[in-house]
Amino acid sequence: MKSLKALAAVALLSLTAAAPAKAQTPLTEGIQIGLSTDAVSITAGFSGADLTIFGSLENPDPLVARQGRYDVIVVLEGPPKPVVVRRKDRVLGVWVNLDSETFENVPVSYSVATTRPLQDITEPNSYKQLSLGASNLYMQPADASDSPATIEEFTAALRERKAAAGLYSENVGGVQFLSQNLFRATVRLAPNVPVGTHKARAFLFKSGLFIKESSAQLEIRKSGFEQSIFRVAHDYSFLYGVFAISLAMITGWLGRLVFRKD
Amino acid sequence: MGIYLPIAEISVNVFVLLAMGAAVGFLSGMFGVGGGFLITPLLIFYNIPPAIAVATGANQVIASSVSGVLSHMKRGTLDFKLGSVLLAGGVVGSTGGIYVFGLLRRLGQLDLFISLLYVVLLGTVGGLMLVESINALRATRRGAAPVLKKSGQHNWVHRLPLKMRFRASKLFVSVIPVLGLGAGIGFLSSIMGVGGGFIMVPALIYLLKVPTNVVIGTSLFQIIFTSAYTTLVHATTNQTVDVMLAFLLMAGGVAGAQYGAKAGQRLRGEQLRALLALLVLAVAIRLAIDLFVTPPNLYSLSAVGLN
Repeated sequence: MKSLKALAAVALLSLTAAAPAKAQTPLTEGIQIGLSTDAVSITAGFSGADLTIFGSLENPDPLVARQGRYDVIVVLEGPPKPVVVRRKDRVLGVWVNLDSETFENVPVSYSVATTRPLQDITEPNSYKQLSLGASNLYMQPADASDSPATIEEFTAALRERKAAAGLYSENVGGVQFLSQNLFRATVRLAPNVPVGTHKARAFLFKSGLFIKESSAQLEIRKSGFEQSIFRVAHDYSFLYGVFAISLAMITGWLGRLVFRKD
Repeated sequence: MGIYLPIAEISVNVFVLLAMGAAVGFLSGMFGVGGGFLITPLLIFYNIPPAIAVATGANQVIASSVSGVLSHMKRGTLDFKLGSVLLAGGVVGSTGGIYVFGLLRRLGQLDLFISLLYVVLLGTVGGLMLVESINALRATRRGAAPVLKKSGQHNWVHRLPLKMRFRASKLFVSVIPVLGLGAGIGFLSSIMGVGGGFIMVPALIYLLKVPTNVVIGTSLFQIIFTSAYTTLVHATTNQTVDVMLAFLLMAGGVAGAQYGAKAGQRLRGEQLRALLALLVLAVAIRLAIDLFVTPPNLYSLSAVGLN
């Protein structure tokens, strides 16, 4: 795995400048992430990578920081798309896609990096409220009239399939504090990472309480020859078809010229 | 060496695809078939999504058919008139097939339907061929001359109206079965990604009594256009033709075909047909097993909004 470094513009100034003057009144903590680039191009041979995001805490309480009671969760969320989940059942001995459930606005990918295991950071309820973590993401069914049991079953299957495809991943310990207020998060990009606008979000927790969120956008696009082919196939599909046919005819003709035996 | 396929959106090994093309080309040269019925299932076994395997298979069939037709044109074993009538039916059949293809894809039943069609058709054709060739092998072992059906024998097909004369095939027959046959092959071509030679050739010989020497050339001639039409419609409606994949298969295929043709000359007709029948049956059985074996994952995801 190669490492893509989207370096953050780190806001270091807050602590050093503000500390002496405002030491008396406790300040609310904040969190910042910034990406040095707003677009990442991946090439044809892309086989997955780690994306490093840097960020900083604003006004951290030195005591809390020393005790390690600040936790950060960083999420890289792919563009939302509708998805159909289908279940195979046996019909006359043959496995057939029978039931299906459509979900709206499902993030195509969802990579999480955390300072500690999720269950150690805060309560399950606050994850639900924040819709944070692959297992707490709210999946909205297109047809809400289906029975809750069915929706739950297909939601679980959707998460499981996404995780199996490497699109939903969790990197415990992927966020590390480099100093009292500077941290580095490593999120995983799957080999089949979807193109489009991804959203990087950082959540700050202090002693199990959610404090603040910050987000930044990242455009992931594929580059190179293969991507041009893909674009032509979709934007100029008729010409692409004509090209595919001509290529086949010329190959057949050349093959005959080169290898003719009669 | 890995290569990323732009439409299939997966990384594959170049040499595997070249070898696959060469192996199928070898067999197609040896047996005189287009090879589409082998390429598409092989691609599916290699984890290429079936929709892309089918459309790309149709694209690849053009290349092998073109080089085949060129040599038949030189020998004069090609009935353009018969081919054109077959083609007219083929265009209608392909259009219907593409519509059904898109519909099944939206319903999530495309993969199943493709596999079922393959199992049924390959199983039937392979089984019939195997029986026929084993009988022929036994007959030659007993020393009897193989009994061929005489052309000029008539069946129900020859009593239909709207007759037309096909000079190169020495045939005077109704256009209805010709158009119907073309349409059926066109339909299969667009759903299965095959040229349809493995059905067209026996149908022309046994149903329409076309002389065997013109059958292969004529069948290949119409397959070029049916596959070209299928490729174009798949490209415009489903965006499932992967030129990179098709080209690798063709490159391997045109080379392999020549060696296959040479190897084929050393084997006798009945032996060739028996081997081809076993091959066809093996593919059918392999696909049938997948239908019945419990899949590792019962759930599958697919994007909404195709078409």
